[in-house]
Amino acid sequence: MGLVDRGRLPAPLTKLFNLGRSYSMWVYQWGLACCAIEMGAAFGSPRYDVMRLGVIPLPASPRQADLVVVSGTVTDKMAPAVKRLYEQMPEPKYVISMGSCANCGGPYWDSYSVTKGVDQIIPVDVYVPGCPPRPEALLEGVVLLQQRIKNEDMAARWRGEGFTPLQRAESEPIVVGGGPIE
Amino acid sequence: MTMLSERQQLSYIAAQAADARLNVELETEGMTLNIGPQHPATHGTLRIIARLDGEQVVWAEPVAGYMHRGYEKLTEVRTYPQVTALINRIDWLGSFANEVPFILAAEQLMEVEAPPRAQHIRTILFELSRIANVSLFLGDLGVQMGAVTPVFMAFRDREYVLNLIEGATGGRFHPNFDRIGGLKDDLPKGWIDETRQVMKKLRNFCDEIEDLLFGNEIFQSRTRGIGVIPAEVAKEYGLSGANLRASGVDWDLRRDQKLPLAYDKVDFRVWTHPDGDSWARCWIRLQEVREATKIVDQLIETIPAGPVMAKVPRIIKVPEGEAWVSTENPLGEMGYYVVSKGDLGPFRVKIRSASFNNISITPWVLKGVYVPDIITILASLYFILGDIDR
Ligand code: SF4
Repeated sequence: MGLVDRGRLPAPLTKLFNLGRSYSMWVYQWGLACCAIEMGAAFGSPRYDVMRLGVIPLPASPRQADLVVVSGTVTDKMAPAVKRLYEQMPEPKYVISMGSCANCGGPYWDSYSVTKGVDQIIPVDVYVPGCPPRPEALLEGVVLLQQRIKNEDMAARWRGEGFTPLQRAESEPIVVGGGPIE
Repeated sequence: MTMLSERQQLSYIAAQAADARLNVELETEGMTLNIGPQHPATHGTLRIIARLDGEQVVWAEPVAGYMHRGYEKLTEVRTYPQVTALINRIDWLGSFANEVPFILAAEQLMEVEAPPRAQHIRTILFELSRIANVSLFLGDLGVQMGAVTPVFMAFRDREYVLNLIEGATGGRFHPNFDRIGGLKDDLPKGWIDETRQVMKKLRNFCDEIEDLLFGNEIFQSRTRGIGVIPAEVAKEYGLSGANLRASGVDWDLRRDQKLPLAYDKVDFRVWTHPDGDSWARCWIRLQEVREATKIVDQLIETIPAGPVMAKVPRIIKVPEGEAWVSTENPLGEMGYYVVSKGDLGPFRVKIRSASFNNISITPWVLKGVYVPDIITILASLYFILGDIDR
């Protein structure tokens, strides 16, 4: 692994590692509001069953997680806690923002106490729009994130440069369904 | 003043220090335990600060506000039809039930009444959202005590109810289906047959949970006699719903109140339990799911024919006045005090949500309990964060 630490990794090896990483994601869940229940349905229910995608829900602490799903309204009072939990996660880490509230404030766009978008405090990889998004939409978000990880330049991530694609695909965050974030 | 030799002084200090050390060893040191704001037992982002003496809680206090989204202020800048979309999300597990009291209050002010068919369907959806809400509680109960299986069962059977709600309203979670003067739409074809089957499945689920969880010895020993709330204390703190009935108070707004809903056309039992402990609260909720399935069964057989929408103007202006309507929601009494100044939107809305009062008893009930019981007591009190903080 010295190659990774030094920030130089041959492309075939990167591909291999990425394949492994994308199918063994431990996902920590920030159930904040209504969306948390739909996330619970996607992750904890026999009907949707996220484990078939190679995602393992419910690690004991954020220190063991690779992916975090911020589901629900982030309020100004909660925002510092969200940031702190995110900082506890080890690199490489990914964020899915679930629901209109986490994306941009949603129905509380003019509320005095809601943070309009979790991307103001932590970087987001995939946005899942909806209020609440169906569990299927969250699962699609997970699949899109896996594709993104497969195409990631791992060495750059280790050098602390954030997401850099290996080839072609743009480095913009993904929005499930392709439309605007709402 | 006698002069002490240096030696005497030193021995005096040593003796004092030895005494102090002994005192420290005999005393257990106080500790402050901070639970939350991110903790699975808090169903969201409640934070509990507990001061402990060894294993016992000497002082506890809930810190609310991590999910405060400012509903009461937002309702002032929305029109009446827009408000229902917003208040759906207060108690997010039983969304439809949140709309009903507000719509009833607005209808009272406008002096319109929904046609009988709409009232009937409203009541059905109200009870369905109660089932969707409380069945998840029953599953979640196991998780708090280390049993993970019930939650899978709850999610499995809750999906059937969500399918019904989605079939009728188009929204799995937040239907926004209630309108001033009736409902948005009629029921789709085949819905009633499906409902009949789902209610059977839900009763099976209740039996399953009763066998699996309530019959479990660990569950019983962790809930029986724990967190006892006597009836007087419960009333003083303003508890409502199942928490109050578990303390032996026979009080149910569905039965005791005359509202334009179809509860007077069905025959149902209001369960109470004399014990007031965590077990009683859980057991009452189990019986309530059963009772709700029976109410739905009776109601779907007797839906009257007719329109689902009364005659209301296209642009809704509510005349000046004040109205207070509260209903028996899945979590307890939920009410809206609507003040109108004759505008498109309400002038002021005061929301009385059940969980806020239910959680206010935590400092009282957590005093003197052991640390693991904090979680079971909180779970049995059953609150939803959106309902506390609004
Ligand atoms: S996006 Fe909608 S469903 Fe999700 S947390 Fe916000 S209000 Fe609730």
